[in-house]
Amino acid sequence: MVSRPHGGRLIDRTRVGSSLERLREESNFMEKLEVNEGRAFDVANIAHGVYSPLEGFMNRNDYESVLNSMRLEDDTPWTIPIVLDAEEKHLKDLREGDEIALSYKGKNIAILRINEIFSWDKKRHAYSIYKTTSSKHPGVLKIMSMKEMMISGPITLLEDPQEKFERQRLWPKDTRVLFEHLKWSSVVAFQTRNAPHTGHEYIMKAALTFADGLFVNPLLGWKKKGDFRDDVIVSAYKALLDRYFPKESYVFSVLRMEMNYAGPREAIHHAIVRKNYGATHMIVGRDHAGIGDFYGPYDAWKAFEEFPDLGIIPLFIREAFYCKKCKAMVNEKICPHGEEDRIRISGTRIRKMLTKGERPPEFLMRPEVVDAILSFEKPFF
Amino acid sequence: MKKKLGPKGRYTTVSIPVTLYERIKNLINDTGFSSVSQFVIYVLREIASNMEEEKISSSLTDEEKNEIIERLKKLGYI
Ligand SMILES: [Zn+2]
Repeated sequence: MVSRPHGGRLIDRTRVGSSLERLREESNFMEKLEVNEGRAFDVANIAHGVYSPLEGFMNRNDYESVLNSMRLEDDTPWTIPIVLDAEEKHLKDLREGDEIALSYKGKNIAILRINEIFSWDKKRHAYSIYKTTSSKHPGVLKIMSMKEMMISGPITLLEDPQEKFERQRLWPKDTRVLFEHLKWSSVVAFQTRNAPHTGHEYIMKAALTFADGLFVNPLLGWKKKGDFRDDVIVSAYKALLDRYFPKESYVFSVLRMEMNYAGPREAIHHAIVRKNYGATHMIVGRDHAGIGDFYGPYDAWKAFEEFPDLGIIPLFIREAFYCKKCKAMVNEKICPHGEEDRIRISGTRIRKMLTKGERPPEFLMRPEVVDAILSFEKPFF
Repeated sequence: MKKKLGPKGRYTTVSIPVTLYERIKNLINDTGFSSVSQFVIYVLREIASNMEEEKISSSLTDEEKNEIIERLKKLGYI
């Protein structure tokens, strides 16, 4: 059995047929609010149930509750605010109950029925979510650049965002039917924002050994400078999965969702999202969604202790490394040798090599994956 | 119901027998729980979510499911 949607019901804020046509027409006469790429992704994610039970952008009570207690107002676990910011000058003629068109790149993508307009405190927000207000943190920087007001309310989708990888984009409704069709009763999700090295492959295979299927679900969208670009991630995964995973053992699908680098809180968020896709388990590695040394390497693991009601089981898998004596990828639990025999796999080091056009050795990265990455002129953000 | 705003959100009071309170207090010594309240909240959330789990049913009709399966076939997933 696939996971129950978060909050009990898979949200669907899409419309089809004549009802959709009518709403599109009506939206042309509404006030418009232009949103950025990240919010446009959020609109689609809300509409397709990726953020179930949310039906729109958070109102003040849910927002405050998420900041204070990592739960929605009704006690449902939720750790990252899904909010829509706007400039005060764009909101002055609007009030509760009004419907506005959210547009992205000039096109109406959704209708939002205004529930509340409220101000917020950026510093407090940053500290609650990131445990820091340092401008060295890319998530904090992103928050500080947001507009001064929040606007909340349920949305109705008018237009799916353009997707370059349309054949590789599944929504929760699709994966739930797919997992059921494949008769997978345990599905382990793998969150990634990288091109895969052998450490990632090891972790996915370790988890897959005990599950019916693996759901590889890379995040595409805004990332910090130096991270892999979207098409590089997709090509690199394709190169790895095609050659080194049995076809019937995995499902690969992309997810447009921005990274926040919020460490523990984001690990919980990633798990909730994958639960909505139907995953029963999620791999949580060392320093999940962390950055620099803002979070301890196992803070994300600890965060799960507060959520006995999360409804998806985290799989805490130890970091993998190559051992020269074992002559294999191993982890601390299964390798008796010392640090001198271990080659730690550093994503940063691999990225540095690739930037210089060097090929990382095979025990760090599959040659097919290296080829895929180096086929791009500019692999990094 | 009286509610008060704590540093981590709104709280209310429920009553449990003192004997049970003492029993739990002994039980949670040397565990990760720092108070009886924390333990009770944890356990109740766990039970509540298990009970909610039993109440679900699929919201898709067979027709909708078949449509999705056709789409998945076209995309090469099936
Ligand atoms: Zn070894």
